[in-house]
Amino acid sequence: MRHTAVIAELRARIAEVEGVGIRHIALPFGVAAVDRHLPGGGLIAGALHEIAGSPDLADDASATIFLAGILARLEGPVLWCLRWRDLFAPALHLAGLHPDRLIHVEAGSDANVLLAMEECLRHAGLAGVVGEVAKYSTTASKRLQLAAEGSGVPAFVFRRGARVDARTDGTAAVTRWRIAAAPSEALDVPGLGRPRWHVALERVRGGDPRSWIMEGCDAQGRIGVPAALVDRPVAAEDRQAAA
Amino acid sequence: MFLPHWSTDRLRRKTARPRPDVPPAGLSAAPLVTAIPDHGRRVVAAVDAAAQALGIAPGITVTGAHAFAPGLEVVDADPEADLAGLRRIALWAGRRYSPIVAPDPPDGLWLDITGCAALFDTERALIKDLHRRLARSGLSVQIAVADTAGCAHAVARHVPAGRPVTIEHGKHRAALGLLPVRALRLEPMVVEALRKLGFERVEQLIAAPRAPLAKRFGRSLHRRLDQALGNVPEPIEPLFPEALPRSRRAFVEPILTAEAFGRVIGDLAEDLARQLVHLGKGARRLDCHFHRVDGQVQAVRVGTAAPTRDSRHLGALLCARLDTVDPGLGVEAMTLVAPLVEPLHARQGEGLESAMRRGPDLAALVDTLANRFGQGRLYRNGPRASAMPERSVAQLSPLEPAGRTAWNADLPRPSRMLSPPEAIQVTAMLPDHPPAMFVWRGRRFRIAHADGPERLHGEWWRERGAEAERPFAVRDYFQVEAASGGRYWIFRLGDGESPATGSMLWFLHGAFA
Repeated sequence: MRHTAVIAELRARIAEVEGVGIRHIALPFGVAAVDRHLPGGGLIAGALHEIAGSPDLADDASATIFLAGILARLEGPVLWCLRWRDLFAPALHLAGLHPDRLIHVEAGSDANVLLAMEECLRHAGLAGVVGEVAKYSTTASKRLQLAAEGSGVPAFVFRRGARVDARTDGTAAVTRWRIAAAPSEALDVPGLGRPRWHVALERVRGGDPRSWIMEGCDAQGRIGVPAALVDRPVAAEDRQAAA
Repeated sequence: MFLPHWSTDRLRRKTARPRPDVPPAGLSAAPLVTAIPDHGRRVVAAVDAAAQALGIAPGITVTGAHAFAPGLEVVDADPEADLAGLRRIALWAGRRYSPIVAPDPPDGLWLDITGCAALFDTERALIKDLHRRLARSGLSVQIAVADTAGCAHAVARHVPAGRPVTIEHGKHRAALGLLPVRALRLEPMVVEALRKLGFERVEQLIAAPRAPLAKRFGRSLHRRLDQALGNVPEPIEPLFPEALPRSRRAFVEPILTAEAFGRVIGDLAEDLARQLVHLGKGARRLDCHFHRVDGQVQAVRVGTAAPTRDSRHLGALLCARLDTVDPGLGVEAMTLVAPLVEPLHARQGEGLESAMRRGPDLAALVDTLANRFGQGRLYRNGPRASAMPERSVAQLSPLEPAGRTAWNADLPRPSRMLSPPEAIQVTAMLPDHPPAMFVWRGRRFRIAHADGPERLHGEWWRERGAEAERPFAVRDYFQVEAASGGRYWIFRLGDGESPATGSMLWFLHGAFA
């Protein structure tokens, strides 16, 4: 018990030195199991976050909606920098991110996407800036992290088609997520239930990696905890808080 | 740009306007010419297309022309009105297309479109737009694009293509070589003399030794030739509309560096912003002219998505485009003009609110990105009423207010779409059931759960395309979940029973969350 108290104090001091979580607000997921695990109680606003799916299109699609869900719960316009034109706006609307809030920039190449993102990150007041890239360097991640810290706008780099076993360069991102589709619960009738994702927090500054099975976004962009996992009283409270 | 029948077209437009109910066919029935007095006779000055087809050419007498066409309509020429009309077109083109525009009397217009294509995506699109708009307003027009003004002039007048002609970069010498000598803007007597000497085409003139010809015809012959070939610069003196907000700086010493340009642009932008505040307007378009020591004028044009008079923002937009400017030996003066302004009223307490409360300056961000990546690369999605999912999303301009059509929030739609849909191999069951398994990109997917079908009928009312040819075509969409958990949107062409509704092939159209 004493150990944990000491570690918590040290963490707080490190966070103070790094300046993360002090100046910027955190964006909670509304799921206690996840929020408790993130320093600051959620995603830090003025910081860079990395999100990846996998070469499988369905995993990239899940990661897209995971991202849309985060942005749906924020206020303000969103800049979404694309390389390919395969994003389908009605699906974002179904996850609560109204397409009217979205401005797309079709930049054409990874380098241009990163350039556009950096430009957007200089403008305070945006809900978020998303950039879809195939590959990006450590230097680019540092630049984006600095730009995001300066304006307080959350930046999301979506690594498209990223292989699970691919060697990843060092990154300045505060969190790194990997989303994969998971089998959903069978219904009693023919049809599809709420989608489930395997949400892996691969890296988090000031925390440990962790992974969860989550239920996909509802119409307000909130993710949920699957009912079968909610068997303990504490978890049931979490679920109520999330709903 | 060449308007072959400018005088007569102008008269037609003028007389046609008060009587819009008269069909145009009735108007163009009689050939029309204009006449000027010349040594006591009346001579034809300009002809329209119908008169030209009858063999009437400028220069013959009106009595002679009547012999060709008894119903000929003759109007007194009005060169001053022609010139004034040409200036009006030039001003319009200057606002819309390019900062450097000048009338080329009696029947032409110069446009320097170097570096102006960004607002139209490509140079071709710009030219097409210009051609379409002029043709629709009833003018016959011939447009040529070339490296040099002389070459464009020659090609526009002597290549009867009927559509805009573009001479590729560096090809102007070859193009000129094939044209007749009279295309070089020489005096008629010189052309006649050259013809007698056996010079028919420009390539012969290029190949011939210069000294004897210069001795006989003076220096003007080779000046015209060099201008067309680009050996001698031929600056276009731009026509400025009066009473536009503008500011100008002339320098004691020519300047060359980007830093110096940046500083001057900052000063000019502040000047201009002050004028705009005074007028209560904001700039939508901004031209910066660089007057070079050798007499050439280079220009940079930027556009804004919403009227603005923020001098820092305007300066930054222009500075981002400085790499397109070739300063040559130096720039001795710079002019900043706002050819397109819109009302912009100050709001009360503008400077008092914090940046967070005011919200982000989206217009400035959109301008910066649009001027860097191109206007078409920046868009917002809007709903469009269409039965086919791939056509149900429209691209709107980024700052356009939300439309009236609402998004459909009931139907499940994938977040990633494949365009075009990719064919899959399927082990299918009964017509109304989803398949048990499919193979896509060499991978096998066993289907664990499925929902559907959602039947979409083709838009049979369309005039073209696959759906017009097969009006009974339907697509049956299924949402399927593979054993791994991935969710896909697959469809079958046809209802599974009647071959008239489709080929029964299966496709994968997207992936769900």
